[in-house]
Parts: sequence; C-alpha cells; structure tokens
Amino acid sequence: MKITGAQAVVESLRREGVEVIFGYPGGAVIPIYDAMYQAGFRHILTRHEQAAAHAAHGYARSTGKVGVCIATSGPGATNLVTGLATAYMDSVPIVAFTGQVATGLLGRDSFQEADITGITMPITKHNYLVKRVTDLPAIIKEAFYIAGTGRPGPVLIDIPKDVSTNLVDFYYPEQVNLPGYRPVYEGNARQIKAAAALIQEAKKPVIYAGGGVIISGAEEELLRLAETIQAPVATTLMALDAFPGDHPLSLRMLGMHGTAYANFAVTEADLIIAVGARFDDRVTGKVDTFAPNAKILQIDIDPAEIGKNVRADLPIVGDVKRVLAELVPLLPRQEHEAWLEQIAEWKRKYPLTYDQQEDLIAPQMVVETLSELTRGEAIICTEVGQNQMWAAQFYCFKKPRSFITSGGLGTMGFGFPAAVGVQIANPDRLVVDIAGDGSLQMNIQELATVATYKLPVKIILLNNCYLGMVRQWQEIFCEKRYAATELQNPDFCKLAEAYGIKALSVEKPEEIRPKLEEALNYDGPVLVDCRINPEENVMPMVPPNAAIYDMLGVEK
Amino acid sequence: MKKHSHTLAILVMNNPGVMARIAGLYSRRGYNISSLAVGETEDPRISRITLVVEAEDENELEQITKQLYKLIDVIKLSDITKDDAVERELALIKVHCNSTNRSEILQIVDIFRAKIVDVSQEGVIIEATGDSDKIQAILDLLRPFGIREIARTGKVALVRSAAGR
Repeated sequence: MKITGAQAVVESLRREGVEVIFGYPGGAVIPIYDAMYQAGFRHILTRHEQAAAHAAHGYARSTGKVGVCIATSGPGATNLVTGLATAYMDSVPIVAFTGQVATGLLGRDSFQEADITGITMPITKHNYLVKRVTDLPAIIKEAFYIAGTGRPGPVLIDIPKDVSTNLVDFYYPEQVNLPGYRPVYEGNARQIKAAAALIQEAKKPVIYAGGGVIISGAEEELLRLAETIQAPVATTLMALDAFPGDHPLSLRMLGMHGTAYANFAVTEADLIIAVGARFDDRVTGKVDTFAPNAKILQIDIDPAEIGKNVRADLPIVGDVKRVLAELVPLLPRQEHEAWLEQIAEWKRKYPLTYDQQEDLIAPQMVVETLSELTRGEAIICTEVGQNQMWAAQFYCFKKPRSFITSGGLGTMGFGFPAAVGVQIANPDRLVVDIAGDGSLQMNIQELATVATYKLPVKIILLNNCYLGMVRQWQEIFCEKRYAATELQNPDFCKLAEAYGIKALSVEKPEEIRPKLEEALNYDGPVLVDCRINPEENVMPMVPPNAAIYDMLGVEK
Repeated sequence: MKKHSHTLAILVMNNPGVMARIAGLYSRRGYNISSLAVGETEDPRISRITLVVEAEDENELEQITKQLYKLIDVIKLSDITKDDAVERELALIKVHCNSTNRSEILQIVDIFRAKIVDVSQEGVIIEATGDSDKIQAILDLLRPFGIREIARTGKVALVRSAAGR
C-alpha cells in the first residue's frame, strides 16, 4: 500500500518505539503534522524550537532512549541549532526532523530556506537531506541506529515538503547497511589484562569517571571497581550521578569548581583510571600540570578521545560497561590505607563550605536543603553558570540519570526546557530545575508549555540579579568592572502567575526550608524565587589555565 | 615546528556532501590539506580520496585520522606515506613559447615524457604526469621560459599489489 512520506515518518517513529515528539509546527512540516494528528501521535508543543531540542535531550538523558524533535524549515531549523550542539557536546542521542522547501526550490534562497544540513554538519553525529521519498524509511532507520549506538549523538533529517507529500510503498528495513560505521564495544583482552596489572602496581590510584559511565549504564561496575581496589572516585560534572555522592570513596567533582580533595588526589595520584571521560579543559586545568605523577589508563568507546588532550599510557577502546565487567574479575581486593588516610585528611581539612550570613540567603544552603528534603532522589536539571556549579557541589546525587545539565557546551537556557522533557519521560518522578535568573530568561516562554501540559516541574530560582558566573570572573579578574552583567529583572512570581503557575518567594534564610517543602509538596508546577546574596561566589575556583591544585578559596 | 606530509588513502560512501564533511572537519579542527583528489572507484557507490596532509607529529596525525574515521561516510582510511605505492599527479602547464626557444622546451618535454597538448602562436600547453617531485622538477625547468598558468590534479595513489591488502 502506498502512503505519503509524512505518513512514512509517523510509521517509522512507531517502528522505532518512539512515544513522544517535541516540536513546533511551520509551513514546511504541515504534512508531517497532519499525519501525526491523524495518527494520534503524541506531540508536545514547546514555545520555541530550541526548547523542543532541549526537551528531547532531557527525555533522552533521563531515560537512555533516543529523544525526538521536529521543526519547520529555515528559522525553525536554525532555532534547533543550539539544542543540537548541546546534545552533540554531551553525546546525547537525538533524532531531529526538519522541514525543508520543496526539492525544486532548493538552493534558490526560497522563502524559509536554510541549508540546515550544511549548518549542522559540525554539530551532529550525522545528518541527511532526503531527496527521494523512497529513501526516507531507510534513512530514518539509520538515523535512530547512529544516534543511539556507539558514542551517541544527535542526527538530523531534513525533509523537503514534496518528499513528505509524495507516495511511497512503505517498507521499514530490519537492518542498516553502514560499512563506515562499526562501533567497537568489546575491549581488547590483552589490553584489559595489562590494565589489571597496571592497577595492581598502583599505590595511589584515582578513578576519574565521566559521562560515558552513565551512557553505558556502568554505575554498578564502577562501584565494584572502586570497592574492589579501594580507589577513590572523582567524577566530572557529567558523571556526578554515576557514583553515590555519600559513598566514603567519593571525591565528588574534580576540576575548575571541583572539591579541593578531588584535585589534590588527582595531582598526587600514581594512576588515573579514566572511565568514559574526555579530559576536558575544565577538568584538567593547565594540561601539562594535570596528574603529573600518574600513569593514565583510559577507557572510552570513542577512539578519537584516546590521547586527544592528555597522553594515555594504556588505552582501551570499548564500551565502558563491558570493559569494566571484564576487568573487575581480574582484580584482587586491594587496600590503600595510607592513600585513603591522606584523602580523608584532605576531606577534613578542605571540605566544601560556604559562609552563612545572617540576613542573606546563601544559594548553597538552598541547594543543600533541597538535597536533604528530596533525599538526593529528585531528577535535577540546571541552567548554566553559578546555579549549575552550586547544584553540582551541594546536591548529593545517589542514582544515575538524575542530573541533567549542559556540560560541554554550557548552554544557558537549557535546564528549564530539559526539565519539560524529563518530566514527560518520568511523570511520577520529582523533577527540579535549579535555575539562575539570567539563564531562566533565555527560555522562560516554556512556562506556557509547563502550564499547558500541567507538568509539575519545580523551578528553584537562585536569583541574584546578575549573570553571576561572569560577574564572579569580573570581580576576580576585572577589578569588579561589571560590564553588562547586572540584570534588571521582572517580578518572576508575577510572571509565573501570569502563566497560571504557582509562585513562592524566599527572602530570608529561615524561609528556605518551609517554602521549599511547600513547593515540593505542591501537585503542579511551582516557581520559587530565592533572592540570594547577590555577590556570592562559587568556590573553590581554579583560575583559567592554572594547575588544578592552585585553587582560589582554598588556604593550604 | 616542522610539519611533515602524509598521504592518506580514504574510501568513502559516494554520498552528497561527503567532500564538505571532510573539508569542514579539516578547517574546524585546524588541520592543513596540501592536496586532495577524488574520484569514483570500481564500485560507483564508493569514491576514493587521496589526501595529502601536513601534521606536526604522530599525535596530530593520529587525531586527524581518528576524526576522519568518525565520519559515518568514511569506510576505510590508511596512511600510505611509508607504503610501497604508485603515486601520480597530472599537471597542465601553459608556457610562453616562440620560435627561438620552442626546441628547447620540446627537449624538456621529451626528457620528462610529457606531452604537448595544445600549440598556439604565444605558447604551448604541456601535460605532465608523475610523482610530485617530477612535477616540481619540470615546473622548475620550465619557469625561466615564463609559465602563464598551471592546473594540477593533486596526488592520487594506489598501494602496489605485492604490498598486500
């Protein structure tokens, strides 16, 4: 039976097990929207295409499934760009559909035409411009396969309007044929044996865990590795939820705003076991001072990450979960008493801390209270900047896929629309967006989405009327010349109420706990406007291009 | 630091945009391409690209090849710099020429087993093939006569069968 390209899109989504699509309609995708409407396919209307991409991201990160979004041609497609780049940097599986002008109008600067495959080439894992409707089902099959396997990432499919209206004999392939794409999952057995030997020689090992642990679902294997060899675990921002924050072996986060004890441990270590981590500059600081005494064992599914930023003494290419599952049984139980005692001393001497002033609200206290009230079991989304770092430092994560934040690209405006996707994917979980006033305003229109779908997302706004992180840098590096970082903000409570959303305001430290309790117990979306100490800084802080053991806010 | 030339033989899916993907990767990661030649293989779905790249050290070259390999359309990639390979480049060279020096030019053409493919009052077009050194040598010899224009294909290469693959 012949169906239209648009119907083929909907049918292909069904075959891929897609339950929901986030998007925003427009001229070039009217046929696809019509097909979705007629098929009763679940669609969530965001109020901006960027939010649809972030929502698909939140959906994907919180479930491990491929997130799907759709936008029209031209401006609709270009509005997806930030969301795709965000997903690409954090290896998040997304399939994005865009409408395109009809094939006969391509390349003529037609109305709402943009070369979106050209534009997104560097920020997608792969992309397609579909020129014939007969190619469409196989392309969709490939797109989902590429997005979700190996090192995941976003894939874009650009569909000209006539391709979605032309007829096709629908046939959905069972297999993909991609001779140029064969991800390696199994680690080399000899390398794994060599790794076991290297680990047994180490006196001061540190495990450095990254987002790859979450993606491959290797948190149990990671825990087993750490406990077997009694090695402390420092995580990246992307892996804070990969290892229980309250575990005695946890060093929490390393790097620019990491804990002093994580940074000291990495610096003193004689072996770094990098697991699904990519030695980002925010982690390593000045790269030639990173882990100067350590051999580096690097496990990653992406061969291009091996030795990219830091030399690897022993690389293992493969899926982190499978490699660890092979590696751990080769290891005898080890004790590193002296090393762990040294770390315990650093933890006693340099804990994460903050000043509690009488009348001013410490943002760290808001996050700490939230962590306590939710027992570390909420799914936390964040915006980007100080709010993100305070969330990373003071929320104690216990379960994987519970921290959804823009790590690589650092996209302001990410957290709130991501929370929309997370809440859709997890209707029974508590979903919180820890926000800053700058970032929240970048996608604040999503209050309408939350209201429309009655999504009980809790927005905890750490409002300092500044672009706080930039202000912090200006305070430290520009002698307090606050160029363009002071914000004249709206009344966020009134704004939320205008969308029909409950709002609470926290103006004194003693209001933090009762207001948070009220918000968390409320059945529906809430915005909590916390008027925090405006000049509070995120500490410790490694100045840019300094060694990570040289931290501001840590007195040695 | 001194850069070294490497010859990469790449088999790619003959999909639209594949050249843009490779060229884009180079520009955004800051690598340099010195020459690039592309054409269909015996299988029309697959093209062969011969890429000459400059790399500072083994590390940079390794990154270049790994990043190329990550492209879904790249099927196979080998660094054939040190392999026993046949390398050829074709150049069309337009040279000033008059009755006094025509025979001298013809002699050079002869020595290099090149060909005259066009003759006019003012000059000739010479077609030369060979490895890059040979092309460079004939260009150096012709330069004193006045080279008006050059078109070069960039290097293509195949590893000899005996080298096995």
